[in-house]
Amino acid sequence: MISRRRLLSLAGASALLAACGSNTGRGGDAQALKQWYHAYGEPGVQQAVERYAQAYSKTPVDVQWNPGDYDSKLATSLLSDGGPDVFESTTQVSSVRAGQLVPLDDVLGDARSDFTRSILETHTVDGKVYGIPQAVDMQMLFYRKSMLAAAGVQPPSTVDELVDAARRLTRDGVKGLFAGNDGGGGVLGGPALWSAGLDYVRDHQVGFDDPLAAQAIGKLRDLYAGGGLLLGAVKDWAEPDAFTQGLVAMQWTGLWAVPAVREALGDDFGVLPFPKLGDGGAPSVPVGAFGAMVNAKSKKVDEAKEFVRWLWVERTDYQEDFNLGYGFHIPPRESLARKTEKLTTGPAADAVKFVRDNAKASNPPDWTSVMRTAFNDAVSRVVRDGAPADQELRGAAEKVRDELKRLYG
Amino acid sequence: MKNGRAFWLFVGPFAAGLLVFVYVPIGWSVLLSFFEARNTVTPSEFVGLRNYADMLTDRPFLASLGTFSVFAAFIVPLTFVLALALALLVNQISFMQAFFRSVFFLPTACSYVVASLVWKLSIFNGVRFGLANTVLGWFGAEPVAWTVSTSPPWYWLVLVTLRLWLQLGFYMILFIAGLQRIPRHLYEAAWIDGASRGWQTLRYITMPQLRTTSVAVLLLLLIAAYQAFDEFYNVLGTDRGYPPFARPPLIYLYYTALGSGGQDFGHGSAGAVLLTLLIAGVTLAQGRVITR
Repeated sequence: MISRRRLLSLAGASALLAACGSNTGRGGDAQALKQWYHAYGEPGVQQAVERYAQAYSKTPVDVQWNPGDYDSKLATSLLSDGGPDVFESTTQVSSVRAGQLVPLDDVLGDARSDFTRSILETHTVDGKVYGIPQAVDMQMLFYRKSMLAAAGVQPPSTVDELVDAARRLTRDGVKGLFAGNDGGGGVLGGPALWSAGLDYVRDHQVGFDDPLAAQAIGKLRDLYAGGGLLLGAVKDWAEPDAFTQGLVAMQWTGLWAVPAVREALGDDFGVLPFPKLGDGGAPSVPVGAFGAMVNAKSKKVDEAKEFVRWLWVERTDYQEDFNLGYGFHIPPRESLARKTEKLTTGPAADAVKFVRDNAKASNPPDWTSVMRTAFNDAVSRVVRDGAPADQELRGAAEKVRDELKRLYG
Repeated sequence: MKNGRAFWLFVGPFAAGLLVFVYVPIGWSVLLSFFEARNTVTPSEFVGLRNYADMLTDRPFLASLGTFSVFAAFIVPLTFVLALALALLVNQISFMQAFFRSVFFLPTACSYVVASLVWKLSIFNGVRFGLANTVLGWFGAEPVAWTVSTSPPWYWLVLVTLRLWLQLGFYMILFIAGLQRIPRHLYEAAWIDGASRGWQTLRYITMPQLRTTSVAVLLLLLIAAYQAFDEFYNVLGTDRGYPPFARPPLIYLYYTALGSGGQDFGHGSAGAVLLTLLIAGVTLAQGRVITR
């Protein structure tokens, strides 16, 4: 039996816990702008964004930190009146069509030319910008210099060399390559298309309805069937653990892993873009950036836009702090990326160069979840089951075409 | 009058919760299934049965229903037989019965998510020092990528053992409750009539007496099989989505309705209604067959 006092103390405790949810010291201010972030893994980011919000003098801002399935939570809240005024996300044509986002071209102003063009494009729909890029993330291939030297393998510059390297580097309990626990189909599907000079979607048309696509995806099957892939690692591709623990000689992961890899391996590693398939294709790195966005249902659209302009366009010092103070990202403003010391040497400098020369949008606005599911399913069946690539891709292309017709007529 | 107020005082909060969090969403979902409802839950474009027609011709959805009918055909009898066997064993022993009952029941208290992560990351991970691979290593076998390999589909071993571990205890308890309701004198009468202690009494006394329990267990098992989500999502799902095999209908609908970048509540709801009809249909058919 719970006594009344115990019950009261419980209630008090849960009130305290609830107060911790959006901890800015201003909880419940009706005039405040509500700003949402997903939970960044790096320690200190939450305190940093709260510090930025507090430094803004024109309007009070309540920062809400959202652990867990942020995408679903955000999408659901945007349907109601209770959503945030300002939030971070990727731009999707479906949310633009549903009238959920406010165009931010005037917020960008003169600074537009300073933002990396390929990044800005991932937030552009029908010529309008809907998100101000906050931090650029990119993926690339990490390789262990000493292991390649010991096996007499050169850093691969074509897809065939990559397949060959993964096979030859597999020895003494070490696997050649780790590219995700799904066998590489998930993260390498896009790079495989780009390696052949193709794309997901191009000018509102299917970008991979081409015999070359079947050849490119077939190479991923070769990679999988060659036995050189690590499968079922404890941490998935986004964490560098398999690479730093010496389970593999090469791993596909992201720029964010550079500090951890350097700490574990020192200078014994290099980075590469995904190589080209043949002469028609080009090396590539997938890039993406969360953008700051304004909810069209907000009752304070003007205040929200002004806040976004202040935080992500005017305060370049905050952009630098946000990108490099905690984790490891590239500032979307090129003037910042150029002068930042951490990004001018070693693998990080290579990464900046890849973003400039080989960037491809990992999640373009018109690549909807229906298209992504159709494409990923096809790639997965080819890679893991050995299904015929041309037939699978034709099926996926049909579904993508239907969806594009629905979007663009 | 006084009685009426007490009734509502006790039942009211529960009924209100049921209404707000269960019945209204179900009704709303049925409503949404007749509308073009992308990125909105207050749609305006009525499309009649088009969403249903789309879902009934959607190959991945049909494949997921097919896969899970096969899954149900395996997991339901398997759990049923094993739970019954366990219940008979535990019910027989005369010492430490409470202990064994608790031991087998304990996994039921474990969260599906936690158990999935233990299975995926520690027992059945694909690296050479995973538990299952270490055991294989003693016999000189190569490490197996348990949750990745599709030929042979080792992931079924992971998923089925996980589900058995989690739910056996619960159904065992249901069977034990059923067994303890069977009057002793039925067995005594049978023995006097010369029935043997093993198979004959099981076949002609225990099983017929357990009929209501069995029907309930089968029903629950079947619904649980079609509602599979947690362990599949946590074992096979990655941040790049869910692979096209062993995809439960609920996971497919979850990605349709709530996947990032294209919330399609119309098709999602239509699929959910179809799944509900399927479960109801199979359950009714099963009830017919068993109680006849």
